[in-house]
Amino acid sequence: MAEIIVVTSGKGGVGKTTTSASIACGLARRGKRVAVIDFDIGLRNLDLIMGCERRVVYDFVNVIQGECTLKQALIRDKRLESLYVLAASQTRDKEALTPEGVRRVLDELAADGFDFILCDSPAGIEKGAHLAMYFADRAIVVVNPEVSSVRDSDRILGLLASKTRRAENGNGGVREHLLLTRYSPRRVATGEMMSVADVKEILGLDVVGVIPESTDVLTASNAGTPVILNDESIVSHAYQDAVARLLGDTVPLRFIEEVRKGFFSRLFGG
Amino acid sequence: MRLLDFFRRPPPSAQVAKERLRIIVAQERSARGGPDYLPLLRRELLEVIRKYVNVDPEAVHIHFDHAEGHEMLELSVALPDK
Ligand SMILES: Nc1ncnc2c1ncn2[C@@H]1O[C@H](COP(=O)(O)OP(=O)(O)OP(=O)(O)O)[C@@H](O)[C@H]1O
Ligand SMILES: [Mg+2]
Repeated sequence: MAEIIVVTSGKGGVGKTTTSASIACGLARRGKRVAVIDFDIGLRNLDLIMGCERRVVYDFVNVIQGECTLKQALIRDKRLESLYVLAASQTRDKEALTPEGVRRVLDELAADGFDFILCDSPAGIEKGAHLAMYFADRAIVVVNPEVSSVRDSDRILGLLASKTRRAENGNGGVREHLLLTRYSPRRVATGEMMSVADVKEILGLDVVGVIPESTDVLTASNAGTPVILNDESIVSHAYQDAVARLLGDTVPLRFIEEVRKGFFSRLFGG
Repeated sequence: MRLLDFFRRPPPSAQVAKERLRIIVAQERSARGGPDYLPLLRRELLEVIRKYVNVDPEAVHIHFDHAEGHEMLELSVALPDK
């Protein structure tokens, strides 16, 4: 049985695509068959983060409009053999994405034996975001510890609870997870940034991951290698923990405490 | 500079953020699932009330509830101190 997971946020630029790419790789590394779909019609980006931009021949909308088969459009990852990418179309016609078309693609992926289907949502609460979440079984709500991101994600929670197939069918609703990213333990310690506990309390969600702010994310996107594949980075470990939690493991949160500097290095700014 | 920073703690702006979010999120949640006319109703009520007393937009609270087959609209207005 395929599980459909939407990666969503409301607010733009919070780290959905970064998260989709790393979680998809992480699940594939744990032996799962994974497809990750870019729902950001008009603004294709996931292919760049995944490093397969030059191998895109057909896209999501081509499949929906019957211009190619799903098999032709799925791009197999060069690093992980059980991982596939379905690129967004660069058409400006947002109407190209239809509920019926999306359902057919998801059904076909499920029938093909995929364990996980990740849907990288566009920002906002318009059609693309709506379709990305509509068929989901679970949702990873990506949040930055910052007022507008938290408020927008609460609106997304409202939509997940009302405007999804699971909500409409009344079969338990979508399972929601909070993923807090761009987290800076140092700024939390000085009282400049809300803590995991603060955000968790306001939204009332279980925390599937806390991802630290790090320049490793930029380095990874420059290279087209999802950051989770850089085992030297704490961001990779934080994403690996999130993947483990998604798979049901109990893993304590890491990287949420400030690494205390010694008295002298603080004094002299070392 | 570092030594100075050490003694002069910045104000805990994260605490302020959390408080503001707690209030606005609760308010937006209570309107959710309610009828679409709530925001307009709130605006018009505010205008009517302001003909008599000068209240702040924050002073008007509308709470919508549906429980056991009936729906309830709760309205409260905090009047300013004289
Ligand atoms: N943990 C992190 N540390 C530092 N930078 C990060 C982190 N996560 C994401 N970023 C940066 O934030 C920016 C936005 O990331 P990303 O594209 O994943 O967001 P998005 O939510 O998909 O955006 P959009 O809403 O436009 O689709 C990128 O420049 C990325 O490098
Ligand atoms: Mg994106």
